[in-house]
Amino acid sequence: MKSTRELIQEKQSNKNIGSIMEKVIPIVLLMTAIISVLTTIGIVITLLVETVTFFQRVSIVEFFTSTEWYPFYEADPSYGVLSLIAGTLLITAIAMVVAIPIGLGAALYLSEYATERVRQIVKPILEVLAGIPTIVYGFFALTFVTPLIKNLYFSDLSIFNALSGGIVVGIMIIPMVASLSEDAMRAVPNHIREGAFAMGATRLEVALKVVLPGALSGVISSFVLAISRAIGETMIVAVAAGSTPKFTADPTESIQTMTAYIVQVSLGDAGYGSTIYYSIYAVGMTLFMFTLLMNLLSQYISRKFREEY
Amino acid sequence: MSSIDKQLIQRQMGKRTFQNKLLKALFFMCIVFSILVLGVLIIRVITQGFTHLDWDFLTSFASRFPEEAGFKAAIVGSLWLMVIVAPVSIFLGVGTAIYLEEYAKDNRFTRFIQMNISNLAGVPSVVFGLLGLTFFVRLMEMGRSIMAGGLTLSLLILPIIVVAAQEAIRSVPNDQYEASFAMGASKWQTVRRIVLPSAIPGILTGSILALSRAIGETAPLLMIGALTFIAYLPENVWDGFTVMPIQIFNWTGRPQEEFHLVAASGILVLLFLLIIMNSIAIYIRNKFSKRY
Repeated sequence: MKSTRELIQEKQSNKNIGSIMEKVIPIVLLMTAIISVLTTIGIVITLLVETVTFFQRVSIVEFFTSTEWYPFYEADPSYGVLSLIAGTLLITAIAMVVAIPIGLGAALYLSEYATERVRQIVKPILEVLAGIPTIVYGFFALTFVTPLIKNLYFSDLSIFNALSGGIVVGIMIIPMVASLSEDAMRAVPNHIREGAFAMGATRLEVALKVVLPGALSGVISSFVLAISRAIGETMIVAVAAGSTPKFTADPTESIQTMTAYIVQVSLGDAGYGSTIYYSIYAVGMTLFMFTLLMNLLSQYISRKFREEY
Repeated sequence: MSSIDKQLIQRQMGKRTFQNKLLKALFFMCIVFSILVLGVLIIRVITQGFTHLDWDFLTSFASRFPEEAGFKAAIVGSLWLMVIVAPVSIFLGVGTAIYLEEYAKDNRFTRFIQMNISNLAGVPSVVFGLLGLTFFVRLMEMGRSIMAGGLTLSLLILPIIVVAAQEAIRSVPNDQYEASFAMGASKWQTVRRIVLPSAIPGILTGSILALSRAIGETAPLLMIGALTFIAYLPENVWDGFTVMPIQIFNWTGRPQEEFHLVAASGILVLLFLLIIMNSIAIYIRNKFSKRY
């Protein structure tokens, strides 16, 4: 048997361990939270430092004004990022033409027309569509969509082209647009809908003239996020859209996006310290700025123009 | 005063209800289109993939000849990667979530961390690859190892886990805290014994979905230099490696049609694994989701 004194002492030493835990745990948890901040700082510093090295070798004016991107042309390499940006924007534009109408239509149906049963079936299917790895979409673009378009419409379509890459990027983004827009639409309270129904409006009129305006901030910000996703998409375009940087708006040609260039270099044997090695950071920085702007814009839109109910 | 013109009303109503029906059908077609694409994609992969999918495919290494090419190194590499990614990302993600939900005061710094996480979620995965290449591969001298790849992917999926864990923790009702505090429990005791046990299904579901994202991720691993052709199995986390998506990418990029069929077999294996992971996540969500 332990004496009472011993029991009290034991209890107190336990309490000490406990009170140490109370102090240590928050610090440990804070550390983990800081890691995410460090990641951002790490990304920015990495990109900045290597980009500065790149601009010591290549003129920044050439980088942003030239439309010739021939880094592998040894005699006279040329670094004009505009053709990579053009490729990226071409893909993004095609993707948006696919994703915005279809995503919005799906969202309107799910939010305004669908019965609970249909929603329960469709939503998981959209989730599956969103969970498919992008490399699989890339394979699909190259081995199915390109031959399909070639047989049906353009017989002179090249094997690698912006069109099928863009379409498949759009398909990949549909679930995102649909589910974010639908969330925004469902946040519009029911009594507003019922008010409109009571005035004799049809479902379509309620959907387009009451719900859509009410959810507009969320819907638009989902579009902007979708643009950001399309700009940053890598594997689909690396597989299906080609690797010939071109300053063009012709979707049937082979092009190259910023992301695809970065992948191309990392696959090759551009040695550490070569100008080509540094060029991927400059391109990465440009890409990062594009997506960051889009993400901030999307947050701004959804905050600033939110309808409060 | 003229009486109500019923014909006119009917004409107009007819037009409006017709528009309603038409657009309803159109919106429904949008959903049908998505389902159709998914169906075609899966059927294509299955019909092409089964031509090469056999035991040999799962147990042999990559090869120059399509009929001998196997997926073994890629499967093992992906599993090795999870050995790093799962503990690191879940520890960091759940830690961050607990800090933000339970300990952080509502001040500028906290809002900054929160905003930072949502922005991090929008950074393209290649950019994470650049970070991994510079920081883990070169600066920390990890080389093109499983460790470097695993840490890069952990940072990539960190925001997903944080957001999922935050939601799970937030859904624990306040009376539970108060009951715990009323019993004399300290903050950490409450978090550990009350909050985490009720939040664990949500946290697990989110983590599994995040890990399945990591398994399908290609670009950042290409950046840090995961190999596309290896004929050995990694023995520890400092070895070079390849993963399933990279092997599929490699096969897809070859000009021979035959290799596209091999790629389809690889995709089948990858999708099969993802379906299993997602099913587990959905099972946990349905089985353990408590409603207060």
